[in-house]
Amino acid sequence: MEKKGRLSLLFNGVIKENPVLVLLLGTCPTLAVSTMAVNGLGMGAAATFVLICSNVVIAMLKNVIPDKVRIPCYIVIIAGFVTMVQLIVKAYAPEVDQALGLFLPLIVVNCIILGRAEMFASKNSVLNSALDGLGMGLGFTLALLIMGSVREILGSGTWFGIPITAGRIDPMSIFLLAPGGFFVYGTIIAALNKLTKGRAIKRKSMGCDGCPSAAACGGAGTGQCPPDKEGQS
Amino acid sequence: MKMVLAILISAILVDNFVLSKFLGICPFLGVSKKLDSAVGMSVAVTFVMLMASAATWPIYYYILVPDYTYLNTIVFILVIAALVQLVETVLKRFIPSLHKSLGVYLPLITTNCAVLGLAILNIDETYTFFQSVVNALGAGVGFLLAMVLFSGVRMRMESATETPKAYQGIPITLVAASIVAMGFMGFAGVADGIFG
Repeated sequence: MEKKGRLSLLFNGVIKENPVLVLLLGTCPTLAVSTMAVNGLGMGAAATFVLICSNVVIAMLKNVIPDKVRIPCYIVIIAGFVTMVQLIVKAYAPEVDQALGLFLPLIVVNCIILGRAEMFASKNSVLNSALDGLGMGLGFTLALLIMGSVREILGSGTWFGIPITAGRIDPMSIFLLAPGGFFVYGTIIAALNKLTKGRAIKRKSMGCDGCPSAAACGGAGTGQCPPDKEGQS
Repeated sequence: MKMVLAILISAILVDNFVLSKFLGICPFLGVSKKLDSAVGMSVAVTFVMLMASAATWPIYYYILVPDYTYLNTIVFILVIAALVQLVETVLKRFIPSLHKSLGVYLPLITTNCAVLGLAILNIDETYTFFQSVVNALGAGVGFLLAMVLFSGVRMRMESATETPKAYQGIPITLVAASIVAMGFMGFAGVADGIFG
C-alpha cells in the first residue's frame, strides 16, 4: 500500500469511521467515563494501547489461530493486554485508576476492540493493523474528549479542572449523572446528523447491521443474530 | 439478612445496572424494541449472571487468592465464555423448548459488559458468596425492569410522528433513555432509608 493509503487508513478511524460517533460502538464506557474531559483522555489512552497491541498480535497470529476458536483466542489476547494496562495504570497513575474504576478491566468486552480484531486485524498486515488500531483509538479518544468536555463544562463549570463558567452560569450537576450522559450522547449524534444531512451516521439502528460482533455471535454459537435482526455489540 | 435485602433492593432500583451504572447499554438499546425479545434477553442475562457469580466467586477466593489475583480479568472472561457455551449446549440437549426461546440471546451475552462487570464488582465489594449471588439476582431483575420499562417507552415512541429529522432513530432513543434514567434517580437513598 502506498503512503497516501496508509495515511487515510489512520484517519479513517478518527473521522470517517469514528467508532463512537459514526459506528456507535463502545457506548458503555463512553457514557460512563465521560463525566470529565481528563477521564476521557485516560480511558482513550488505555483503550488505544490495547487496540494497537491486540491488533498487532492478532495480525501476526492470523494464520496460526484456527478459524473455529478465533473469538476466544482474540478475547484472551485482548484480556492479556488489558491486564497489563490495569497493572501499569495502578502503579503509575492511581488517580486515573480511581476515576475509571470498573471500566478499566471492562475494556476486555469493549466491542470496538473485538470488532477491529474480527473485521480488520484478522485480514490485514501487521503494519496496517497497527495503524488501524492507532486511528480507531484516536477516534475513540476524540469522541470521549468531546463528550467529556460538554459534560464537564455544563455539569461542573470547568474544563480540565479550569473554571470556565464560574459566576455566570450555575453548574447543572445533572449532566454528570446518568441522564445527562444519555442526553449529551443523543444530542451530539443528532447534531452530527444535522450538520452532515444524515450522511454521517452509518448505523441506523442498534441492530445487527453494522455490529462488528455479529460474526462473534456466530463464532460463539448459532451463526446468526436473533431472528428479529436485533443484536448487541 | 438486612444487609442482603439492602443489596437486593439497591441492585434493582438504586444502582440499576443499566440506568445508573451504564453496564449493558448495547442490549438495552438493541433488544428493547419489542417486549418479548426484551424479556427473553433479560431472562437469559439474569440466568448467566447468577451462574457467573456462583462460578467466579469460588474460583477467585480458592484458586486466585493470594498469588494470582491480578489474573482475575482474564480468568473471569474465560469462565463466562465457557459457561455461556456450556449452558447453550445443555439447554439444546435437554430443554430444547427453552433453548428455542433463550438460545439466540446466549452467544451475545459473552461480550456483555454487565456480566463481567458484575463478577468484578462482587470481588471489589468483598461480598460473601451468598451476597454475590443475591447481587447477581438483583442486577438481573434490575436489568429486566429497565428493559421492560424502556420497551414500553419505545413502543410509544414508534408512533411519534413529529420527531425532528436529525433526532430520528438513535438520538431520540437516547434522549428517552435519559428521561427513564431520571426516573430511576428518584430511588437514590431509598435503600439506606429503609434499611439504614
